[in-house]
Amino acid sequence: MSDKNLKRVAYYPGCALEGTGHAYDRSTRALGKKLGLELVDVKDWNCCGAMEVKNIDPKIQTYLSSRVMSIASEDMGFDTVMAPCNGCYHNLKKAEYDLENDPENVAVTERLSKKAGHDAYKPGSIETIHALDWIKRSIGEDGIKERVKNSLKGIKVANYYGCMYTRPRHIFPEKDQGPGSESTLKPHFMDDLLQAAGAEIVDYPLKTACCGGAHTLSDSDTSTKLVTNLLEAADECGADVIATECPTCHSGLEMHQIRAETRFGKKTNSKIVYFTQLLGLALGLSARKVGIHENVSDSLKYFKEKGVA
Amino acid sequence: MPIHEQNLIRPENIITNDELEIDGIDVSGHWSTFIESRVVTDYNEDIEDEIAALPGGANIHRCWQCGSCTNSCTVNEINPDFNPRFWIYLVRMGMEQELLRDKDIIWQCVSCNKCTYVCPRDVQPEGVMKALSHWLELKGHTPKSPSMHFDEEFSEQIFATGKIEESRIIRGFFRRTGQPLMQDWLLELVKRLIRHLPLKLLFTMGLANFVRPRTRNWSKAGAAIEEYVLERDLFKRKALGLGPESDDQGAAK
Repeated sequence: MSDKNLKRVAYYPGCALEGTGHAYDRSTRALGKKLGLELVDVKDWNCCGAMEVKNIDPKIQTYLSSRVMSIASEDMGFDTVMAPCNGCYHNLKKAEYDLENDPENVAVTERLSKKAGHDAYKPGSIETIHALDWIKRSIGEDGIKERVKNSLKGIKVANYYGCMYTRPRHIFPEKDQGPGSESTLKPHFMDDLLQAAGAEIVDYPLKTACCGGAHTLSDSDTSTKLVTNLLEAADECGADVIATECPTCHSGLEMHQIRAETRFGKKTNSKIVYFTQLLGLALGLSARKVGIHENVSDSLKYFKEKGVA
Repeated sequence: MPIHEQNLIRPENIITNDELEIDGIDVSGHWSTFIESRVVTDYNEDIEDEIAALPGGANIHRCWQCGSCTNSCTVNEINPDFNPRFWIYLVRMGMEQELLRDKDIIWQCVSCNKCTYVCPRDVQPEGVMKALSHWLELKGHTPKSPSMHFDEEFSEQIFATGKIEESRIIRGFFRRTGQPLMQDWLLELVKRLIRHLPLKLLFTMGLANFVRPRTRNWSKAGAAIEEYVLERDLFKRKALGLGPESDDQGAAK
C-alpha cells in the first residue's frame, strides 16, 4: 500500500501489553528483531483511554490518544506509530479522525495539551498502524514465505479480529480501498500472513464478532456467553487454534473459556494464541522466546506435536 | 421476547371478570374481556434534547427507524428485550415511562459498534446507548451500573497516574461493587497462569501491586483533565435540569 519506510517505527505498547498481554509484547518485539524491523518505544507514554474513558467523556479519550501521537511525532520525529493492541490502535485512529474533522475536539485537545505543557498533536503529522499492517506492509506474504523455517503446516487456525480493528468504518479511511487494502467486513491480513507461514486457515464466520471485552468484569455472564459462542464456532469449523491480535480479546477468550468451563460446564478445545507468536514460531523462534508459556490455554504440547516448537 | 412477537396489548391491560352481569345479561368469563383504554398524556418533551446534550447522543435526531441497529446488535442476540431502535423511538416520542420499563438493561451495551457500522443515518447508536444509561443514572432512575463503576475506577487511575494496572483495576472494581475477590473462575485462571510463568514475570506483576506504574511528567496533564471533567459534569447536570451534585435529591429545579 504505502511505500513508507517501516523498518523503523515508533512503538506504542499500551497498558495491557505490560500486564496480561505480556506475551503479545514479547512476541511482537521478538518478531521485529527477527525480521530486522526496529521498534522504538514512545517515551513517557500514557494510556489511550481504552474503552472506558470515552464513557466519562469522549474528548478526554481523544486528548489521551493525541498525547501519545504528539510525543511520537513532535518529540521523537516519527511519521508512523505502531500499536499492536486493538484498543490503542482504534483510539489513536479515532483521535486522528476526530482531530481532523471536529473543531470542538481540536479545541479541547489544544487546551489540555497547553495546560499539560506539551505540543498539541498536529493532524496528519503521524500515521497509526496496527501490528498486522506493520508486518503486512514491510515484509508481506512473500517475505514471510521466504523466511519460514518451521512451516505451520497442519495447524488449523481460526483468525479472530474482534471489533475495534474494523469498526466504525469511518475512522479507518485506508480500509476498504480495493485490492491490497484491508476489508472492514471480512478482514484478511492475519489470514494472509499466517497462510504464508504455512497454516491451514479455516473459514471462520465470527472474525469480527464481539467478545464482550468491554464488560468482561462488569457483566461477566454476557461476556461468557459471547465468548462461548466464539469458541464453539471455532471448534465446529475444525480449528485447533484461535489466532488473536488484541490483548483484550485474547485474555477475554482465555478467561471466559475457563469461566464457561467452571460456571456453565461448557468445555471447548481451541488454543488461544497471538498471531505474532504463530509467526515467530514459523520463523524459527523458540516457544519460550514468543512467550507460549505465558498463555493460559496450554498449547506447547500441541505445537511440539506439529513440529514447530 | 422479540418485539414483533409481542402482543400489542399488554397482559395487565386485558381484564376478564369471572362473574359479571351487564343489563341483566350474564357476561361472565371470556365474554367480559375488556381492554383497558390507554391514553398517553405524560410525554416528556425534553428527553430528546437531554440525551443529545450528553456525550454520544448528539445524532439521535437523525434516526429514521430502519432498525439496522437492533438487527446487527450483539446484545440483542442474547437478550431480545435489548432493542436500541425501540429506545431511540421512545426517546424521540418522549415516552419516558415506556422507556423506564427497560432501564435495568440499557447499560449492557458492549460497545461493539456493529450498530454504528451499519447505521445509514450516522446516528451512532452505540453512543446513544451510553448517553441513555448515563441519563438514567444522572436522573436517579437507576443506581450506578457495574459498567459505570468499572469506567470510573479505570478512568480515575488514568487521571491519577497516566496508566492503569490491571490487578489494581480488578480489586478496585470488586470493592466498588461489593463483590468478593475470591471468585472461583478467577482462582482457576490464576492457578493455570502461574503453572507456567517464569518467576521473574510473576515478581514484576506482583511488584506492580505496590509500586504503581505511572507516566513520567504526568501531574500537569492529570490536573488539566480533572479540571475539565468537573466542568463537563456541571454542564451535563445543567443540561438535564439538575442542581449541583451536592444536592442529594438530584431533583429538577
